[in-house]
Amino acid sequence: MKLVIGIVRPEKANDVLEALYRAEVRGFSISRVQGHGGELDRVETYRGTTVQMGLSEKVRFEVAVSDTYVQTTIDALCEGARTGDVGDGKIFVLPLEQAVRIRTSETDQSAVTPVVK
Amino acid sequence: MMIAAIDTGDTAWMLAATALVLLMTPALGLFYAGLVRSKNTLNTFMMCVAAIAIAGVTWAMIGYSLAFDGEGALIGGLGHFALDGVGFEPRGEGTIPHLLFMAFQGTFCIITVALIAGAVVERMRFGAFMIFAALWSVLVYAVLAHWAFGGGWLAAQGTLDFAGGVPVEMGSGFSALAAALVVGARKDYGRQALLPHNAVYVLLGAGLLWFGWFGFNGGSGLGVGDQSILAFVNTLLTPACALITWFILDLIRGRKVTAIGAATAIIVGCVLITPAGGFISPGWAMALGFLGALPCYAMIMWRPRTRVDETLDVLAAHGLAGFTGILFLGLVAQIGWNGVADGLFYGDGGQFWSQVVAAAVTPAYAFIMTIILLKVVGLVMPLRVSEHDEAMGMDVTQHGEEAYVTGEGAILVLPEDGGRAGVPVADPG
Repeated sequence: MKLVIGIVRPEKANDVLEALYRAEVRGFSISRVQGHGGELDRVETYRGTTVQMGLSEKVRFEVAVSDTYVQTTIDALCEGARTGDVGDGKIFVLPLEQAVRIRTSETDQSAVTPVVK
Repeated sequence: MMIAAIDTGDTAWMLAATALVLLMTPALGLFYAGLVRSKNTLNTFMMCVAAIAIAGVTWAMIGYSLAFDGEGALIGGLGHFALDGVGFEPRGEGTIPHLLFMAFQGTFCIITVALIAGAVVERMRFGAFMIFAALWSVLVYAVLAHWAFGGGWLAAQGTLDFAGGVPVEMGSGFSALAAALVVGARKDYGRQALLPHNAVYVLLGAGLLWFGWFGFNGGSGLGVGDQSILAFVNTLLTPACALITWFILDLIRGRKVTAIGAATAIIVGCVLITPAGGFISPGWAMALGFLGALPCYAMIMWRPRTRVDETLDVLAAHGLAGFTGILFLGLVAQIGWNGVADGLFYGDGGQFWSQVVAAAVTPAYAFIMTIILLKVVGLVMPLRVSEHDEAMGMDVTQHGEEAYVTGEGAILVLPEDGGRAGVPVADPG
């Protein structure tokens, strides 16, 4: 089992959702985060104050999957999130020790979605 | 002819009414801003602010003259170019200073230009909108205002329009449809749910619009005479009735009364009574609110299922409601209330016909002229932003600001930096 973390542009979040649904990856959570990953800073001006916005809004997807689904998930994240410009985001894949489905107390492989047939 | 004299009571009310109508444009900005996504809040509001700047200037320079100088059938003259000859003496048989009359009418031009923005928000370039606004305010608004208010052919053939069903409501509504067709749909339209980001703005904006509308309708009698009082009171009654109809339709359709529906009903009610305000009895004004809301509700439910991204439903809330009000007034106008004319129900079928002519010609002129103007502007500059900028949001890409900025991660650029130096930024290469 792996935990796949994808950090993407907020304006591409809906495309990523679509890609994940199409890949039949149905269990994930998302959160709004701010981060900096080398993109050019936006310069904004409020009256006389000019600032460089060093942090960009991002959406963070967390997807726990069985090993066979790791590549599918990565592909879906890339397909949905890529624009080709700096700032498209990152994907991190982490080993996952244990997973429990609270409703049924199922653990590990049977607890992460999609369940391997 | 009696020499007209300034009436201080009329003048005092018209000064206040002019300020009330100007308030409607920022109120519309708030209403529209709440209806768009958070990344486009400022741009949407700024289109309304730009209307004040652009239409305020074009009106004083040339629009007022084309609308109100002379009795030409199709268009006025250039005698009042740059407000030449517009002074403290009343205009014609009026009782308020000519200059104040010009300002009052100017606030109408401003709000009408701002209304059209609702059709093209979230994708139209700010600069292109301003160029379009300048052209439209002169070539469409001033012309329609001349037809209805300035002694043009509609007024001459007897069309009654108390506060702007022709130039303001039908003018903006059918131009909005044209603008939506020429500029095209937002890239996510029909693919993703594009939801209003702040319903409280929408309700507050609608409330402030209603407040301003008492100056809009109540001031269109150009004084404090009976017609002004009637229009003022009807502006209270018609939207209240439209709200009730909207509540009932919402309950039937979804078993819940919606807040954004209520805000829409207030606008629809105000628009319905705009052309009819000083001409129909309070009882008929209430009937107009109850009945006139029906077609507008139907259109607002139907339009999002089409491919036409007329984003904030200016056509339904203004075009169709203005159309309905103009025709309804031809049925139920009563000389006992307005001192001017009866409608079809009270024995004058000719009045209804005059209203039909206005309701047929105005939409056609507004629609065709807007298509032409936008095509011309489109030849000179792109009308919409790139897909990338549209996805980023109009606030950052058009204005370099955000509505809900947190300040986290913002690095102060000191003036001696010349804008960019001295801050650690990873090389994007």
